[in-house]
Amino acid sequence: MAENDIISSETRPLLGRGVRLVHNEAQGGWVLLAPERVFKTDPIAVEIVKRCTGEATIAAIVDDLASTYSAPRERILADVTALLRTLADKKLLEI
Amino acid sequence: MTQNGAGNLHKPLGLLAELTHRCPLGCPYCSNPLALEPRAHELDTATWARVFREAASLGVLQVHLSGGEPGARRDLVEITTAARDAGLYTNLITSAVGITNKTLAALADAGLDHVQISIQDSEEKSADHIAGYEGAYAKKRSLAAEVVRLKMPLTVNAVIHRANIERISELVDLALALGASRVEIAHAQYYGWALKNRATLMPTREQVQQAANVVEDLRRRLHGKIVIDAVIPDYYARFPKPCVGGWGHRSLNVAPDGLVLPCHAAQSIPGLEFWSVREHSLTDIWENSPAFNAFRGTAWMQEPCASCPRRDEDFGGCRCQAYALTGDAAATDPVCHLSPNHARVETLAAERDTAPYDYRRM
Repeated sequence: MAENDIISSETRPLLGRGVRLVHNEAQGGWVLLAPERVFKTDPIAVEIVKRCTGEATIAAIVDDLASTYSAPRERILADVTALLRTLADKKLLEI
Repeated sequence: MTQNGAGNLHKPLGLLAELTHRCPLGCPYCSNPLALEPRAHELDTATWARVFREAASLGVLQVHLSGGEPGARRDLVEITTAARDAGLYTNLITSAVGITNKTLAALADAGLDHVQISIQDSEEKSADHIAGYEGAYAKKRSLAAEVVRLKMPLTVNAVIHRANIERISELVDLALALGASRVEIAHAQYYGWALKNRATLMPTREQVQQAANVVEDLRRRLHGKIVIDAVIPDYYARFPKPCVGGWGHRSLNVAPDGLVLPCHAAQSIPGLEFWSVREHSLTDIWENSPAFNAFRGTAWMQEPCASCPRRDEDFGGCRCQAYALTGDAAATDPVCHLSPNHARVETLAAERDTAPYDYRRM
């Protein structure tokens, strides 16, 4: 798929306009808000999405998460790539 | 679960704010009720601001600023600011007629998150005819371009019926050309004005099947380029839709005069007691108003719903449709093939009329 080509280690992902990560007590945690849609967000996704600032590259995000959580880099890379591809398919990401 | 079904209450995610029933267009499938509220009955700016604060504390995440045409409100920018100040995600649902570029820029500055513009058809003449408004199509294209220029995300909403069902592909192409990231292919739902115009609007079963194939092809072809959300034409479905995600379950609707409804058509069911934001807090209404508790949970269901394995998936379908087509709001939605009244739906879907539209007018 075309998305494979867009998401590389040098990509600097940024949440799309109209997409916001918010914390809401009444709904029990972090949610990603997008046009007409609400996504419940698990703790791993929250940490990844928080880093999609348009400044950090995917390589930098993965390094950061790997050292913060003392986790194997390959596994983090797989998680990050899978999430970003899902977000891109849903038009929630600028890459 | 308590007797009224309120023991297991979810928090609502979305609030539809019907700011006004006034609208320059006359779409014959309008979801507003036949009895439209005049301007004198509309809530003021300060009350809407309070409603948004109460909504946020109740757990609501998104507010849909709708109508009528929300641009008919002179205080639309103040209302939008109040919704953002309450922490809500703000979605403007507009016909685009009556919103100037200047207002749009002010809305963007106020933090408006998303704009949805309705498009009646991909062909200008037909689009203006359906809207009952000369020049509507051109205004829509122009405002859509301005939304994109201001870098706000755009959804195009296309209500589908007999006059445009053959041009779904062209409508999606138009949405792409306008720069929309999302398009809704929403088959008309037959309540209010659409119910009144049903025989003129209803497509054939073959057209609906063909439309479903077209949408499937478009989704494959445009994957990652535009999100295509489809609302199914339920007269031809086997099972009913899970209307509004379940009655009093996920969303609420504040009408222009302040009455709070479980869905926009709920007032078509006689005997329901609605409470107003003028007299009650939103939390009180969500938890205790008789209309919200009338069809919560499953205790109200009759057979075949009561023992159906799908009862927690589709909630027996739509209460307003059950009432409109069977006269009993607690009956199984007759679009379900298991409903004892299902044959009636097939008869109604087959009724055809070429009468002119009975346009929505105040």
